[in-house]
Amino acid sequence: MKFETQTVASAQAFAALRQLKAGDYNVLIDLTAVDYSLYGKCPKPMGWERNFPSGGPQERKERFEVVYRLASLDPATGLEGRPRLSLHVPYDEGSVLLSVMSLWPNADWLEREVWDMFGIKFEDRPEIKRLLLYEEFVGHPLRKDYPVKKRQPLIGPKSGELPDSPSFNVVRQEIPFE
Amino acid sequence: MTQKKTYFLNMGPAHPTMHGVIHLILELDGERVVNTEVEIGYLHRAFEKHAETETWNNAIPYTDRLNYVSPLINNTGFCCAVEKLAGVTIPERGQYLRVIASEISRVADHLTCIGANAMELGAFTVFLYLMEGREYLYQLIDDLCGARVTTDYTRIGGVKADLPEGFMDKCRGVFPKIRKLAADSEALLTKNRIFLDRVEGVGVLSQADALAYGITGPFLRSTGVAYDVRRAHPYLVYDRLDFEVPVGSRGDNLDRYLVRLAEIEQSLRMLEQCFTQLPDGPVSSTPWEMKDAFRFEDMGKAGSTALLPRCLAKTCRTLEGSSRSKASGIMVQDPVLAMPSKEQVYGNIEGLMNQFETVMWSWGVRVPAGEAYHAVEGGNGELGFHIVSDGSDRAYRVRCRPPCLFIMAALPKLLNGGYVADVVATFGSVNMIAGELDR
Repeated sequence: MKFETQTVASAQAFAALRQLKAGDYNVLIDLTAVDYSLYGKCPKPMGWERNFPSGGPQERKERFEVVYRLASLDPATGLEGRPRLSLHVPYDEGSVLLSVMSLWPNADWLEREVWDMFGIKFEDRPEIKRLLLYEEFVGHPLRKDYPVKKRQPLIGPKSGELPDSPSFNVVRQEIPFE
Repeated sequence: MTQKKTYFLNMGPAHPTMHGVIHLILELDGERVVNTEVEIGYLHRAFEKHAETETWNNAIPYTDRLNYVSPLINNTGFCCAVEKLAGVTIPERGQYLRVIASEISRVADHLTCIGANAMELGAFTVFLYLMEGREYLYQLIDDLCGARVTTDYTRIGGVKADLPEGFMDKCRGVFPKIRKLAADSEALLTKNRIFLDRVEGVGVLSQADALAYGITGPFLRSTGVAYDVRRAHPYLVYDRLDFEVPVGSRGDNLDRYLVRLAEIEQSLRMLEQCFTQLPDGPVSSTPWEMKDAFRFEDMGKAGSTALLPRCLAKTCRTLEGSSRSKASGIMVQDPVLAMPSKEQVYGNIEGLMNQFETVMWSWGVRVPAGEAYHAVEGGNGELGFHIVSDGSDRAYRVRCRPPCLFIMAALPKLLNGGYVADVVATFGSVNMIAGELDR
């Protein structure tokens, strides 16, 4: 599987993707993000210098990178006419990234997942809500600053609302971890 | 004048015909589905977060739980992606073993899907026939990796063990049975009026919509696009195998069923070709003496180490094929990347040190910094793994591209406008696997 890689700034991402869609790339294979805030800062295994004579991976300026993977699939033959394209879009808090829902309908769920997991908000689309987690979830778990052992507050009925079962839906005090 | 009213019906999260936990909110006008909302995430297990916290090899068991109907394909996909990043090619025999494992899993996946779908439409006999077929395959998988579902068969750099004794003969005995069961089921279903009424022309998705939603696998092929990752981007040894890519034309439930049925036959053909093409691993010329693994330890303590190189360890049944004479055929012989064979671990100090280095905290398998995306053809379509490494002992980011997610995103298109009773037929035929969908 061969890939061409391109990098564009977040402000130009939508225009670039629209152009690619108008070109041959008709399928959005994947849309995801990577949080690079700890890149190169993770604890290194013993003897890692042997693998990186040049000093290891470089830290990045922007915290996130949104990755779009496109394929140009020919429906007649079932083969791909061109190598796949992965479009990398560096993103930081405060950058503007437009939604590509108008180009590919499956971007709706993929953008919801990226919002859910990374807190990257896409502009110019209907209200975005979490895809895999629930609305009361606090934080975005695939960010590197989200601790693996973090506990979430227990959710129950909203205040003033009667619990529908006296034993099941009662809000209990948060259990302190460790 | 009466006002037309719609009402809402919740299907799931725990509904007998929801394969796994998924919540459909249907807006109904009488029996017609006006609008559908799909709520997912009930089986979210944070696979991607877990994979970041575990060493490379330790993340493989998590991949079993993605598509739990065909776990061997997930194992293969994850390991292929890591190896692509590390830039290694595994030995030829290992590649064949991965293909054999994947194809057995794919047959089991398709049998389950067709059987469950038919059962939901009332054809219980077919379900029992196909589950019998799947049981034969599960026994083969059990022989191969020691578990039926939580297989964990591949390792970074190869596979866990070679084929157990007599595996190929067992397979050759099982395939006619599966062909018979599939043919019987086909005879019961394909021309059955009751079945056809429920599936023909129901749950139609046009080719353009399927492409727009990024749907792959049997679903896309049922709409007439012959896209198969094994054909478009051959990985492992798929370019040496002769197989057809069955396609449908209408993209309805019937075509999805027919495509899956045809793929079972193609997978069995591929397996038979693998068995004839399978290269022998290096065969040792000296006869080995078999000893229990713990005897090695005793002999070592007693100081009789000179005898050890002439002995083979009898490890557990599932490690039958992992002996030293075979390990070089199924695993990369790279101390940085791959686990040593069990005889080397038990038999000499280098092997023992190597084993510790690959499993010890903050040592482990080392994959160079960078990123890679590798896709395999899963049971439901393109199963891709996007892997980012920063050179430490674990993944920096693992993204799984689950084929089901894209199908579920398009589910409202399939259901809207149909009858509420057809929800069951359509939902069964798209083969949603919650473990993969929610990760």
